[in-house]
Amino acid sequence: MNYILLADFSVIRPDFGLFFWTFVIFILFWLLMAKFAFKPIADALLERQSDIQDSLDEAKKAREDMANLKAENQELLRQAQEERVAILKEAKEAKEAIIAEAKNTAKTEASKIVASAKEQINNQKMAAVTDMKNQAGKMAIDIAEKMLKSELAGEAASEGFVQKLISEAKLN
Amino acid sequence: MRKYILSLCCIFCLSVFALAQHDGHNHDGHKHAKETQATDHQNHNHEGHDHSGHNHGSHEGHDHGSHAGHNHGTHSDGEGHATNACGHSGHHEFNPGETAFHHISDQNIYSIGPFSFPLPCFLYAPGHGWDVFSSGRFHADAHGNGEKAYNQYILCEGVARRVLDASFPTGEVDLGHHAVYTKQLPIEKGKTKEYAFVCYNGKEWQADTKSTADAGMFGGGITSFYDFSITKNVLSMIFVFLFLAWVFMSMAKSYKVRRGMAPKGITNFIEPIFIFIQDEAVKPFLGHKWQKYLPFLQSIFFFILGLNLFGQIPFFGGSNVTGNLSFTAVLALLAFLVTTFSGNKHYWEHTLWMPGVPAIVKILVLTPVEIMGLFIKPLTLMLRLFANITAGHIVIAIFVGLIFIFGQSGANPGAAYGTAIGSTILTLFMMSIELLVAFIQAFVFTILTASYIGAAVEEAH
Repeated sequence: MNYILLADFSVIRPDFGLFFWTFVIFILFWLLMAKFAFKPIADALLERQSDIQDSLDEAKKAREDMANLKAENQELLRQAQEERVAILKEAKEAKEAIIAEAKNTAKTEASKIVASAKEQINNQKMAAVTDMKNQAGKMAIDIAEKMLKSELAGEAASEGFVQKLISEAKLN
Repeated sequence: MRKYILSLCCIFCLSVFALAQHDGHNHDGHKHAKETQATDHQNHNHEGHDHSGHNHGSHEGHDHGSHAGHNHGTHSDGEGHATNACGHSGHHEFNPGETAFHHISDQNIYSIGPFSFPLPCFLYAPGHGWDVFSSGRFHADAHGNGEKAYNQYILCEGVARRVLDASFPTGEVDLGHHAVYTKQLPIEKGKTKEYAFVCYNGKEWQADTKSTADAGMFGGGITSFYDFSITKNVLSMIFVFLFLAWVFMSMAKSYKVRRGMAPKGITNFIEPIFIFIQDEAVKPFLGHKWQKYLPFLQSIFFFILGLNLFGQIPFFGGSNVTGNLSFTAVLALLAFLVTTFSGNKHYWEHTLWMPGVPAIVKILVLTPVEIMGLFIKPLTLMLRLFANITAGHIVIAIFVGLIFIFGQSGANPGAAYGTAIGSTILTLFMMSIELLVAFIQAFVFTILTASYIGAAVEEAH
């Protein structure tokens, strides 16, 4: 091992020239790269990172929106169906109510008509009775007049006459 | 299946390459001009070979003068002996330790395999001023030893050194082959230190290594000159800097162009790593202030990772930047500065005068420990990265070195062939571990820096 110790291990000796040039070249590298490479690259990477994140977020949001929209649509459909059922139900009820009302109205009308008809009939009847009474009275007066006249002309004749008047009266 | 065939091919290629290197050493070993001579006349060996295929010299120390009769630069037979005018022999035995250290060291030339490319040298010697020239002037041989001197500077093992003696001629000086070598000289009780020498005009001239900031702790110190050259490591940093700048700029642009679209191309590869650091290392420690410190931490991570990986490209020079203390020291220093200047009232209160603890405990234990901690933290950052990367490289170099140890530097080709296969497999294994370490150490450095800054900016709760 002696020769290794004796050998000229020059790399461990800090050499002014190499020190100086390393310093210059590294500082130059650092400054140049900072300005023209590492900063722009880091910024570009950050920008792309946020771009990708935004895109992912947007896609996620769009998917969520779609899901929401679908849910909304279904809800709307369900509501519409419910509404339809309700409307149909209402319509049916209305129909029945109208029919019932119409029936009632018709009944009352009919009964009114019947009542008025009865009244009219009654009135007519009363009028007819009154008229008959009047005619019967008149007839009785006429008969009485004519009897009185025939009594004056013969008994037989007058009897026959009375008989004839009565039969005539019956015909009326 | 294809992967297995591919790795088998790799193993084969590496073996062949290693053996080719080995044979080369066998037949023209005297090329190695490097020499080590211990004062106790112990033999010292040195031979190089790394996983990138770069070959290096080997040498053996001999009793000074025992080969004085040999002609400098003479190419002898397969025994590999060459002795220069100053009596230094190029005869070599293999020294795995030195080889490994040599291969991970920073150099003033960029060598890939047998080719070496010159780099600009900016050398400053107090009293002499600046010398700016290409290291091509040194006319380096295959082992990084210059065959020419320029303005009193020489190249030894790929590293520029300065001749101490002022009477050495300035300007370009032709030294010839194998004129540059190293020797171990005693410094203090039993310790020796490696010095470079140049043989010129029949005289031996000692050369200084460049100044280092270790104050003699690791065998360096302030010497007669400073080296501010674009070395192999600096060039590697520039390569990695340009490559990373191109990658990240085009990535940043693609975000602008393809705004709102999915990422494409290289962005897809870098982005997960970027986000991993951002989300695992930066955000957890820095909270809502993460954006302020992100560029610094990303720079640290990618710069270290880039250099770790760059150093592991096979057959590409295998530069060892992150395994050099100077490099890790800069990053640790910056981590320290950023942490210190980010510290809020809460942080300093907890560091200097921890509330809820008796004053005596604070004065005697807590505050000194916390203040030491301020400096120990960046020091550990510095040493961890340095030690991990250096250790990996040394292990690889030693695995490859096994070929030369078992082959006895060419004396036993059969053993060398056998070991080549075994050590190639070991090297492949180690390289895959190093690949892992490249990522882990870059990440560890980043996450620890983030945690130190995080502690400094944490709000009272």
